[in-house]
Amino acid sequence: MPARVTLCGVDLTLDAAGVAWCAAHRALLAADLHLEKGSSFARTGQLLPPYDTFATVQRLAAAVARYQPDVVYLLGDSFHDPFAGERLPETAITALTALAHTTRLIWITGNHDPVVPAALPGARAGAAQLGPLTLRHIPSPGVARGEIAGHLHPVARIRTRAGVVRRACFISDAGRMILPAFGAYAGGLNVRDPAFAGLFERPMLHALGAQRVLPVGFDRALG
Amino acid sequence: MPPRFSAWFARRGWQARDHQLALIAAAEQGHSALLIAPTGAGKTLAGFLPSLIRLTDGRRAGKRGLSTLYLSPLKALTVDIARNLAAPVEEMALPIRIETRTGDTPASRRQRQRRDPPDILLTTPEQLALMLSGSDAEHLFAGLERVVIDELHALSPTKRGDLLALGLARLRALAPGLTVTGLSATVRDPDALARWLTGSEGPPARIVTPAPGMAAPPVIGLLATEGELPWAGHTAQHALPAIYDTLKAHRLTLIFVNTRMQAEFLFQRLWAINDDGLRIALHHGSLDAGQRRKVEAAMAEGRLDAVVATSTLDLGIDWGAVDLVITVGAPKGASRLIQRIGRANHRLDEPSKALLVPSNRFEVLECKAAIDAARAGAQDAEVTRTGALDVLAQHVLGRAAAGPFDADALFDEVRDSAPYAGLTHEDFTRVVAFVATGGYALASYERFAKIRKTKDGLWRIANPKVAQTYRMNIGTIVEETMLKVRLGRARSTGTGATGPIGRGGRILGEVEEYFAEQLAPGDTFVFGGEILSFQAIVENEVVVARSAAREPKVPSYMGGKFPLSTHLAERVRSMLSDIEAHRALPESVARWLDLQRQVSLLPGRDRMLVETFPRGGRFYLVAYPFEGRLAHQTCGMLLTRRMERARLQPIGFVASDYAFCIWAAKDIGAHAAARPGFLDDLFSEDMLGDDLEDWLAESSIMKRTFRNVAIIAGMIERRFPGMEKRTRQLTMSSDLIHDVLRRHQPDHILLKAARADAAEGLIDVKRLNAMLLRISGRIIHKPLMRVSPLAVPIMLEIGREQVQGEAADALLAEAAMEMEREATGDASGSGRSGGSIDAGPCDPLRG
Repeated sequence: MPARVTLCGVDLTLDAAGVAWCAAHRALLAADLHLEKGSSFARTGQLLPPYDTFATVQRLAAAVARYQPDVVYLLGDSFHDPFAGERLPETAITALTALAHTTRLIWITGNHDPVVPAALPGARAGAAQLGPLTLRHIPSPGVARGEIAGHLHPVARIRTRAGVVRRACFISDAGRMILPAFGAYAGGLNVRDPAFAGLFERPMLHALGAQRVLPVGFDRALG
Repeated sequence: MPPRFSAWFARRGWQARDHQLALIAAAEQGHSALLIAPTGAGKTLAGFLPSLIRLTDGRRAGKRGLSTLYLSPLKALTVDIARNLAAPVEEMALPIRIETRTGDTPASRRQRQRRDPPDILLTTPEQLALMLSGSDAEHLFAGLERVVIDELHALSPTKRGDLLALGLARLRALAPGLTVTGLSATVRDPDALARWLTGSEGPPARIVTPAPGMAAPPVIGLLATEGELPWAGHTAQHALPAIYDTLKAHRLTLIFVNTRMQAEFLFQRLWAINDDGLRIALHHGSLDAGQRRKVEAAMAEGRLDAVVATSTLDLGIDWGAVDLVITVGAPKGASRLIQRIGRANHRLDEPSKALLVPSNRFEVLECKAAIDAARAGAQDAEVTRTGALDVLAQHVLGRAAAGPFDADALFDEVRDSAPYAGLTHEDFTRVVAFVATGGYALASYERFAKIRKTKDGLWRIANPKVAQTYRMNIGTIVEETMLKVRLGRARSTGTGATGPIGRGGRILGEVEEYFAEQLAPGDTFVFGGEILSFQAIVENEVVVARSAAREPKVPSYMGGKFPLSTHLAERVRSMLSDIEAHRALPESVARWLDLQRQVSLLPGRDRMLVETFPRGGRFYLVAYPFEGRLAHQTCGMLLTRRMERARLQPIGFVASDYAFCIWAAKDIGAHAAARPGFLDDLFSEDMLGDDLEDWLAESSIMKRTFRNVAIIAGMIERRFPGMEKRTRQLTMSSDLIHDVLRRHQPDHILLKAARADAAEGLIDVKRLNAMLLRISGRIIHKPLMRVSPLAVPIMLEIGREQVQGEAADALLAEAAMEMEREATGDASGSGRSGGSIDAGPCDPLRG
């Protein structure tokens, strides 16, 4: 069960998979895929399961199949490090290429991936425009009027009747939204962390449940 | 015994004990030996005498190098033993060099010890693994003659024991003819321990026990306080004045509790009533090591009157002057109690004195059962252990670090150690593949391999950095992720502010992350002897304020590590069913049981009582299996799933060591009464099939064990530069890694290892299975109109439990709904109808 929010007059649907859907522009948004994070650790001797790229791309493909977007914006840090392209398995390249046949991919660059691997289809951009909304990787400082970003991997600790639960979340106010990290191995940063300070006026959270997105008041998010 | 030694004994006015002579004889005949004796029997000296003799009677003339390796679970013990050994060595002027080696030993000395080893080296299992991984291991241990393992009973049933058993197997290969001597407290099954020492190939170790009747039986009392005993809780607050009076009447008292939180609480409360200025100290694992050493030194020098301690003082060092041991709370096992009592009065011919302080009614029964067991000399049955696969993975990498190895030869060597005697070739091969490239179906890490099979068929380490990383990560103890506790500036609990919380106060210590994660702002808890109020987690720190609250809100009892032993459980059940035995109980407890008999039934020895009753618009089921908290939790969780399928709309459950309680929106009692056999089906053994698998797949339990397994096996490193900053991030990542691995390679060897850990340590499947068999066809259903006296303690636990993983979504939705209601001004609060019973204690006798 997705949730709906309006950002500068643009209606957005927030999906439990961690993507946002803009029906007006038939655009799907995801941030911080961190592909090949597993193999990045493997380089240093920590042989994490090498399935993260596959798992992430598969989930992305499932979201694309569900919404059938004209365009998919990937909001930066799609790759965990600048050499991820060299390690990207053939299967992932094939899957992303197949995806590019059904929709247009736009890779917005991030701090982890200043250059997107050449083997991959789709356009590259430092930022993009979705109606009145600017799509970029790192949120601009201060309160924004019309921006969707990634980079911070928001998660919230939420007080419930029986205890405290920790979930990845969308965080937004009337002018800006930060998407949760989409990558299978991407960690999270508490929305109460100083890094979020000053970015929002009256922020609202949408936590990712197993089946649905749940609106949660910022008051409920614990430090 | 050589004259020099008998003369020394005589000068001291001692006589060599039979078991000491028996160990000398065993060594002369080239036998391994297991000495089983209570504390105070001169075990340590017995273990070393054969080495002291051998090293000085000329047989080793001209040979140099390491002759005896002493291994103990405690660093502090190695230092203490070295000091104790110095006396005979100096007094007999024996030309023997004895040194210790622990994690605290400077690197320069450790290097020198490898070049020029002492005759006797006292060290820990981790240091042994480290030494075995060196390229000089073969040379270093070639002349090794004896290994002495102290506190064997504490080591062998753990992962550290697995690591040590693998190390021993390696040592046997490096030094054929090596004999091993184990020193152990009394255990139920000495043969299994003897087998552990020598592995599956050689003859088992000779078992040596002191002459029976040598040790005076302990004097154990039950602190029966006047007045009503608490229904529930673990603070023993009612007994504080009596405990304090007892301290005054003794020279040095050790007070054991089950958890660090309890230790903190008791310590704080004792000081609050310390009008006589007794010197009371605190000793537990979260305290700084230096602080603990200070307490230990003060004890040894007689500068203390009492020490409140957790299991950190269970083992080892002889304090001599301790004349009373108090255990507060349930002892949990007969063997543990006997060992703790042994901490008092380390002289064999004088009785140890102990006092048990139950903190609630059920604990009275448990304490009584433990005292009976101790008097009868009964021990808990040990759980036979299968060697952990993550530990094996660590060992395999260590073996490669030492030099090239042949897989088949290593398989045989590993199987020679008792915990791995049943290891299959397939599992071994998968472990080696895991060490090499992660053991993934997707062969994408060839170029990152840690070990590689070369043309000669031998496995070699890929590069020196791998060995270096291995050495940084040795060991099987995975510390809980700790967060620093910092005193913050007081701050109004204004809402909606995104500004950082005021910090800048001083650091008070550390708490486990899992504990901090469950706190909400304003929650109070005891730490470092004071009550603190939680404000927030900021980066890696828990920010707190001092609180004026008199009682902490978050219970100090976070569930002890050890569940009630099977043996004690059986005794408690018999005691309950035997009305005659009730007379020996404190009056308030006897009255409680009598009342239970009148309004309901007493749980039988073999049958299991299930009560059902309505209360506050909900319907409760309470079962009394007495099988320990872990088995009860698992059972409660699985039953809840089954009741969901029966459309009884279960809402929650709670478990203690004695009972568990499930509550539902539908009338469980009426449902069961209308369907004969319903309860038998509900409790049928097949819940350990698909229901268990489905639950494990969803629950957070596997994630917890997976993190430990991944660290021990070397998938995740425990230490790397800048790690402190990143620890919290890592915790989250290991959950994500687990999820991805489970989805994409569910048969991965580390998932198997994590599963084995969970089954043993967290969900106690074995015991639940035994319980389901025991109660099959023996369930007595007692429908009641209201809560029974026996059910009150478990009812009081409701609301203290943490949220379960799979309920989280529903609870999140509830939190969201509540907020919507607030927003729309609907203050009817219907969504919180059950709030009162969940949040607060209920009045037991009014329903």
